[in-house]
Amino acid sequence: MTTTVPGTYTPQPGAAPLPRMIAAQAALETKMLLRNGEQLLLTVVIPTLLLVLFSSVDIVDTGKGKSVDFLAPGILALAVMSTAFTGQAIATGFERRYGVLKRLASSPLPRWGLMTAKTASVLVTEVLQIVLLTAIAFALGWSPHGNPLAVLLLLILGTAAFSGLGLLMAGTLKAEATLAAANLVFLLLLVGGGVIVPMDKYPSGVQDVLGLLPISALSDGLRDVLQHGAGMPWGDLGILGVWAVLGLGAAGAFFRWE
Amino acid sequence: MRSEPVLQVQALVKRYGTKTAVNGLDLVADAGVTAVLGPNGAGKTTTVETCEGYRKPDSGTVRVLGLDPVRESAALRPRIGVMLQSGGVYSGARADEMLRHVAKLHAHPLDVDALIERLGLGSCGRTTYRRLSGGQQQRLALAMAVVGRPELVFLDEPTAGLDPQARRATWDLIRDLRADGVSVVLTTHHMDEAEQLADDVAVIDAGKVIAHGSPEELCRGGAENTLRFTGRPGLDVGSLLKALPADSTAAELTPGSYRVGGKVDPQLLATVTSWCAQHGVMPEKISVERHTLEDVFLELTGKELRS
Repeated sequence: MTTTVPGTYTPQPGAAPLPRMIAAQAALETKMLLRNGEQLLLTVVIPTLLLVLFSSVDIVDTGKGKSVDFLAPGILALAVMSTAFTGQAIATGFERRYGVLKRLASSPLPRWGLMTAKTASVLVTEVLQIVLLTAIAFALGWSPHGNPLAVLLLLILGTAAFSGLGLLMAGTLKAEATLAAANLVFLLLLVGGGVIVPMDKYPSGVQDVLGLLPISALSDGLRDVLQHGAGMPWGDLGILGVWAVLGLGAAGAFFRWE
Repeated sequence: MRSEPVLQVQALVKRYGTKTAVNGLDLVADAGVTAVLGPNGAGKTTTVETCEGYRKPDSGTVRVLGLDPVRESAALRPRIGVMLQSGGVYSGARADEMLRHVAKLHAHPLDVDALIERLGLGSCGRTTYRRLSGGQQQRLALAMAVVGRPELVFLDEPTAGLDPQARRATWDLIRDLRADGVSVVLTTHHMDEAEQLADDVAVIDAGKVIAHGSPEELCRGGAENTLRFTGRPGLDVGSLLKALPADSTAAELTPGSYRVGGKVDPQLLATVTSWCAQHGVMPEKISVERHTLEDVFLELTGKELRS
């Protein structure tokens, strides 16, 4: 038994400065994500494999031009979805289940501070993904065009839309249901959202509906800019904006912390 | 020095759907250690979680350190430490990593390494939370509650599932907190824990406080304590009674077996033995039976505490 000097526990309460709390929280969240094998599979391994495999082997007819020019924008959209939606939904769902959100709610870190830290962690992860996937795409002969500002806007609105939907799921369903549903949605949107399969492979009526999905808007917008050098893809930005408002609004209204 | 109460709960009502978890509960806790004692389902956790700001009262008022835990949560949270009944840690985090993180959220945290050593968490090494033993998880949650140097800590069943050694370590820490001026509100269904640690005990059943006082007061307040001895049959009980304080009782239950009831303290014991000496009686098998909180609880509710 170690003896403790009297006065060791004398109260000296106080919150750390807000920026320090948020930075610490964001760092911990990012560390947890990078340490989790399943998360890495989803955010790094699958996008990388799909990019390399489908660029090198002619499995899907990606239209005229190099297949990497078609695939890279779709894979970037997939990377955003994997982190902001699937990864964030699953991680937050289990944090809720295991009382992490509850415990943090009684710490000095305000709830909005926790959500800010989560967003920062998602953005840091996305930057890492984009650096990695862009490097691989260049190695595969990718030649992107277009306005970087349009790309940035698409990525930010896409992140907002997917975060809202992911948090809505995590904050309302049971952790196991979130795990299953987030993975299922990831798979369905991967196939049906213009990520690796061109939308014109689907019948035109189906295309119209699929085109309204956030993943289609993001991959289509990125492709318009990066492959075809289009200007601001206002239509796709508009769709993502509507999803972002609906998703974040619903998450804000229905999210339960325990 | 009298300061304002750390906790003031008045007529608290909290329902979940049709189930009333807390039903008009009143509780005032002063500085020191307050134990909220009661069987499972009595409303202990709901009461404590309302004080922590997790639940909004359906009616009644709650003040913690003079603050409303829901409306003034931002001002209150840095001043309290919370140990949940379970969980609260990222399943992939190591014990020291999580504790360091909580420390970073506070302005003047404790020395994390010393706290890790004190609670025997050093052996957790690189093990992540989900693979820690139940006892290690409990001690980590306790450490997280105190690391921010709070004025008041809430401990929800801090020793549930601990082995005797870890339980002792937790008790020692709670005593040190108290000695350094930290107030503690803990829930328990172990009466020995309340008797050992608490300055004040609130006994809760069915969402209400049914008894409140120091452990001594509660044990005295229930049925009277008893002293039993055996001697030769037919002693003059009336004469013994005259030697005893006014509110005492004395009776020969069966020939040669005597019971003295009342406030059993050293003085009473001395009075009985000196009466025996005067009357040439050798009291054999003399025994004192003190009422425990468990007896008190049984008398108050007709129920076992550990249900």
